[in-house]
Amino acid sequence: MRWEQRTSAAGADVRHAGERPPLKDETKIAIQGDQDLVAARQKGRALAQQLGFSNSNLTLIATAISELARNILLYAKTGEMTLGVLQDNGREGIVVVARDSGPGISDIPRAMQMGYSTSGSLGLGLPGVKRLMDDFEIVSKVGKGTTVTATKWKR
Amino acid sequence: MAVPILKQGAYLIASVQSALTDADLLELRNALVEMVGRYRSRGVIVDVTAMDVMDSFASRTLRDIAHMIRLRGAETVIVGIQPEVAFTMVQLGLTLEGVATALDLEEGLAFLDRGAKKMGRDVGATG
Repeated sequence: MRWEQRTSAAGADVRHAGERPPLKDETKIAIQGDQDLVAARQKGRALAQQLGFSNSNLTLIATAISELARNILLYAKTGEMTLGVLQDNGREGIVVVARDSGPGISDIPRAMQMGYSTSGSLGLGLPGVKRLMDDFEIVSKVGKGTTVTATKWKR
Repeated sequence: MAVPILKQGAYLIASVQSALTDADLLELRNALVEMVGRYRSRGVIVDVTAMDVMDSFASRTLRDIAHMIRLRGAETVIVGIQPEVAFTMVQLGLTLEGVATALDLEEGLAFLDRGAKKMGRDVGATG
């Protein structure tokens, strides 16, 4: 089953994952253990700082990265995070892509509900990240894996 | 141990110094739950001033710490949650319900002292 959800809270153009232009300052971080999670959020914070995000947005972005990286560890064991800068009509944003080849999500609307979890966690991960970031996209195929792309635009 | 724990009178003070991994947080939880018994502590302060990210796991672990310490017969207060961390926590729906919080170490100590007085004991950090 293939299920896609795209949102553009900031009124951004909705693009297919394959059409996205290459990211600037792209960094890839392999997620294999909980130390990688700390590294990922620190790199994300540093990149967001370079872009001139406010302090509260730095914390917000770092927290979103932490939740996405933890989802990889919880459900897929390993995966990869890509951080980069996206430019679009003169505005800049930070893009966080969390990709894994894990079991995939069979019921995405359910996974997006606050408080729903199949892992015994608080179930705030995905809906939480969606709330923290501006754009949020999830593509998942059962047995193939999940890719979550979240963007925070600088205002 | 990633987080140093100080014994101060009847209290234990754990000061987070740097970014913590999930394993560090669980280690802190286990150490505090054990030390409360070893030192017969009445109160625990966890100072998170240096924590720049409080995600769902960190938040849940702090809540677990407070609840476990209460079951062991002592009180916990979380101090030093930074404004931007509080902002993000609320956005995520992480409210640390049922957990005492205070602005900083000083307020945290005052909170525990008040609780001690209420119980008719003089177990303040200095006394």
